Amino acid sequence: MSQVSQETSPTGTRATQAIGVLALAVMAWVVASGLLLTPQDVVQGESVRIMYVHVPSAWIAYLAFVFTAVASAGWLISKKHSMGFDRFAGASAEVGVMFMAITLITGSLWGRLTWGEFWQWDPRLTTTAFLFVTYIGYLAVRRLEGSVEQRARRSAVVALLAVLEIPLVHFSVVLWRSLHQGATVLNPNGDVKMDDLMLFTLFSGVVGFTLVFIWLVLHRQRTMLLVDVADNQGLDLAIVARRAEGPAN
Amino acid sequence: MKNSLDTGVTKGKVVTAVLSKDLKIEMRSRVVTNQVLPFAGLVMVMFAFALDNDDVLQRVAGGLVWLATLFSLFIIVQRSFAIDTQDGALDSLRVAGIDLSAVFFGKAIALALKLIALEIVLICGAVLLYRVDLTASGLVLLVTCVLCATSGLAFVGILYGGLTAGAKGRETLLPLLLLPVVAPVLIAATRATEAAFGSGGAQTSEGWAWIGLLTVFTAVFGVSGSLAFGSLIDE
Repeated sequence: MSQVSQETSPTGTRATQAIGVLALAVMAWVVASGLLLTPQDVVQGESVRIMYVHVPSAWIAYLAFVFTAVASAGWLISKKHSMGFDRFAGASAEVGVMFMAITLITGSLWGRLTWGEFWQWDPRLTTTAFLFVTYIGYLAVRRLEGSVEQRARRSAVVALLAVLEIPLVHFSVVLWRSLHQGATVLNPNGDVKMDDLMLFTLFSGVVGFTLVFIWLVLHRQRTMLLVDVADNQGLDLAIVARRAEGPAN
Repeated sequence: MKNSLDTGVTKGKVVTAVLSKDLKIEMRSRVVTNQVLPFAGLVMVMFAFALDNDDVLQRVAGGLVWLATLFSLFIIVQRSFAIDTQDGALDSLRVAGIDLSAVFFGKAIALALKLIALEIVLICGAVLLYRVDLTASGLVLLVTCVLCATSGLAFVGILYGGLTAGAKGRETLLPLLLLPVVAPVLIAATRATEAAFGSGGAQTSEGWAWIGLLTVFTAVFGVSGSLAFGSLIDE
């Protein structure tokens, strides 16, 4: 454990480097194709290009929160209460909140261009905003003082409560009102109504963002490990320093 | 019914003891009656100043009653747990070897009773200040709505109150955690109350669908709260 305290400790490995390079390559293709190669939409015009960022970031945000819930359940269920689960839950939630912010910003920009409004009180939008605030609360709970185990237990419970809360919020807002555009890609009949290159670019975006997500979470959970190790070492060093002072007078 | 540890104390006794302790504290300190009630009443008057239109007030009266209740909920929960964490009282309960889900239910029932007392005053305030009408069938709906919504609010309030108890910055953290969770209660209780008041031409029968949502919410957080409360206040 003590070797990790060196300030030069890398959080990258061969695997994360490979993922990083792959993510960069895919993202470069998405930027080129999304901005230059794909045609504009018949109805939405150039604004359709926001979709190549908006849809993948929404997908990643939801994936991140599901991952947080699974890792939290893993921590609670596992007999050893491995801190790895807790770090992955926390790292994934942080990245999820970032992608959720991107989703809300790009969504409201697209809404301004298409609906003429930055915001509509539509169930999917409202639930997304609530999800965003809920996970900001989750991150605040992670920063409460206490031991590493306390942090893990509290945040795991809050993450699982969020899983219960979100369907209730969504259902209540659906009852409240509804006007969101129906799902285009994943519609129940399975016939996709989109240009082939547009669809390919969109799926490339999803793949690229997923790679970025994996890369960020791996690095973030390692920096979290380093923070925990540094905290423990700080305490150890303080005890050693106190002992070196000799017996108290 | 035996509890998890062999202390010889039944769950029912713990619920009653915690409930009567919380109510006794209220009887002696009179925080809800002397501070929270006047605060909620002031909020109702402030809404009238802000909206400044009799028709609008009549239309949104249901929502205002529940918003004032939510604001008061934060204060009562903070107060309840501030007393419990003073001198390590919550820790003593925790190490007493009693079933912590019973502590959860005891505190939740005490909170629900305080909230119901508050809501009765707020609804009377709405009838007087905002001039809403209440029919007999509307009253039945309103009473059901108050019972269901308040139970849900009490469960969530105690659950998240226990989580933030004793933490630094709990005054700001509690609303941040609670507001997104209680959004379904605000929506459903407001719609049901509007139906009971007949606001905007709403029919009383329209309100009953919302009671279903409130019941689901209460059941979900009653069960999850009794399971999670112990581990949340655990040190």
